[in-house]
Amino acid sequence: MENEKQLEQFEAKINADSKIEPKDWMPEDYRKHLIRQISQHAHSEVIGMQPEGNWITRAPSLRAKLILLAKIQDEGGHGLYLYSSCETLGISREELIEQLHNGKAKYSTIFNYPVLTWADVGAIGWLVDGAAIVNQISLQRTSYGPYSRAMVRICKEESFHQRQGYEIMGKLALGTPEQKEMAQDALNRLWWPTLMMFGPHDADSAHTGKAMKWKIKRETNDELRQRFIDKTVQQAEIIGLTMPDPELKWNAEKNKYDHGKIDWEEFKRVVNGDGPCNKKRMDNHLKAHDEGAWVREAATAYAAKQVKEQVVA
Amino acid sequence: MSNVKDSQWPLWEVFVQASPGIPHKHVGSVHAPDKQMALQNSRDLYTRRSEGISIWVVPAEAIVASNPEDSGMFFEPSNDKVYRHPTFYVMPEGSKNI
Repeated sequence: MENEKQLEQFEAKINADSKIEPKDWMPEDYRKHLIRQISQHAHSEVIGMQPEGNWITRAPSLRAKLILLAKIQDEGGHGLYLYSSCETLGISREELIEQLHNGKAKYSTIFNYPVLTWADVGAIGWLVDGAAIVNQISLQRTSYGPYSRAMVRICKEESFHQRQGYEIMGKLALGTPEQKEMAQDALNRLWWPTLMMFGPHDADSAHTGKAMKWKIKRETNDELRQRFIDKTVQQAEIIGLTMPDPELKWNAEKNKYDHGKIDWEEFKRVVNGDGPCNKKRMDNHLKAHDEGAWVREAATAYAAKQVKEQVVA
Repeated sequence: MSNVKDSQWPLWEVFVQASPGIPHKHVGSVHAPDKQMALQNSRDLYTRRSEGISIWVVPAEAIVASNPEDSGMFFEPSNDKVYRHPTFYVMPEGSKNI
């Protein structure tokens, strides 16, 4: 009975577009959905540091290197904002990392693709961060307060990421024929995996129903994907690159672009561990976690010593 | 795995003052083993783009918060004291600057 009344009050709050805060009563399913979604989001930020990290020592100029370092530091920061917000739901940081390591928690499939050229670094900023922005702008209005506040903070920082990537692509596309070819090749390889970032079509998405009802998500996968496509086509045209989708064309009647079919078989393979870099990404994360253990231990020991000395003094 | 080895350290809540004269505002939290590192981690995490001129860090466990379920009763005493608001008072017709 008590539960029913609480659920009623909870849903009334959701319907009134009020935010849910950590100490408020919430249905277990709401909490579970949020933990899954926010932790996946946090892990994506952190794993996403790896593909670009490979290019720090190979950046073509000091300017490019400084920018890349700043961007990667931001991604780590975004991961931390999101872990903090997830921890307010009553799960510890240790458990979150453990779930990443044992495969219970996922991260975005896009980071299991290799970054083969400098143009790929540009394409990641332009497309991958561009797609993330579309998703995150929508999530600023999510019903869970701490998640919403993390999104507001992240969106403020994300725009630099997309612009630096588009600048790289623009420079290459307007450079030598070889450079232009490199930019086109990066677009060809990363376009479809970027579209998969928004997740399965609405009709096939297991989690969409309740997430929309409880306003965890404010727009569906297909709506967000469409917005991203509609924004991005013109950006490609302006720098003279061709979208790798022969079926992509403007639909004046619907006021949006029609696009070709997404290869969901590939998506499933990569989600389930069979992408080009899944193992490498996870091995690296485990290695960094294990090799950092002594730092955590040393800092803990130092803090304990400080407390002891304070007591003696 | 031992607890110490995998400890992510205590949680600290972070408050940032954006410019002189305005209050510190809660921005999020960090894990850190001691107060010095809590302050440095907060600087690195929450003020990478000149967002602040001052930071407070507070052990999360030291914060005492009111309970949302009791908020009706808890804040009730302030609801029936309309005379605490200036709009409660009737000013003489034609009076100015008050």
